[in-house]
Amino acid sequence: MAVNQDFAGRTYPPSGPWPVDADLIAAFAAAVGAEDPVHTDPEAARAAGYADVVAPPTMAVRFSQQADHDYISDPDAGIDFSRVVHGEQRFVHHRPITAGDELLGTLTVDSIRAAGGHSMVTTRTELTTASGDAVATCTSTIVVRGGGE
Amino acid sequence: MAARALAEVSVGDTIGPVTIPVTRATLVAYADASGDQNPIHQDEDFARSVGLPDVIAHGMWTMGATGSVVADWAGDAGRVVEYGTRFTKPVVVPVSGAEIVVAGVVKAVDPESGRVTVDLTTTAGGEKVLGRCVAVVRLD
Repeated sequence: MAVNQDFAGRTYPPSGPWPVDADLIAAFAAAVGAEDPVHTDPEAARAAGYADVVAPPTMAVRFSQQADHDYISDPDAGIDFSRVVHGEQRFVHHRPITAGDELLGTLTVDSIRAAGGHSMVTTRTELTTASGDAVATCTSTIVVRGGGE
Repeated sequence: MAARALAEVSVGDTIGPVTIPVTRATLVAYADASGDQNPIHQDEDFARSVGLPDVIAHGMWTMGATGSVVADWAGDAGRVVEYGTRFTKPVVVPVSGAEIVVAGVVKAVDPESGRVTVDLTTTAGGEKVLGRCVAVVRLD
């Protein structure tokens, strides 16, 4: 089954809310070898001007991939997850994610294009607070390898 | 730590190289923290069954570990305002573990906005695993 081009441009209702806590930030920081005390020490984080401990820059992917899920797992989307490779990822942080945040993610399928027998699917998740303040823009391109039909 | 001063940063400044070990335990910890439980990152038999040479690291682990190097250099992880990469080659993680080597160079400094653009190079076994890996940090 080919990737369904009709999904390009589609925006989904917000996913979440996802609470962010200090334990999650500490676990993510440890997993990526991030030793900056702003990840684990609330006093260090406040001294640097943040409300609480700060997430590492790529932790937003935990939420953006959850926002992706409704789209990618939709049988009509035509995405065989066993043939998916992560091609590209980008984050723009409007402000750092900190403990105490409750995030919503709004997914848009930015583009679906064919390239050399594969499909390149670019999705964008806008992470916001419950009141709609912008937190991060997460853009991901997955490659759905062709040849499986 | 305090954020690096913008006045001390110049185009051409280098970061690292920094060597970062990665083991199967690292990938289990990353899977739990990120929510990405794809078995190709944990289960050797499964990885081989889909044509991979062995367990491979999550691309996002490699991106995250590379990001830790630029965050350390910035002196404040909250200063990384933009960060993007392509995933060009997998990092193969045998039972004995592997390592990546991360290096960076300052490509641009905007004294008005404080935005500093850093190009990052990450290799495993001497081969580049990330492409067009660029971080922007905002310094005062």
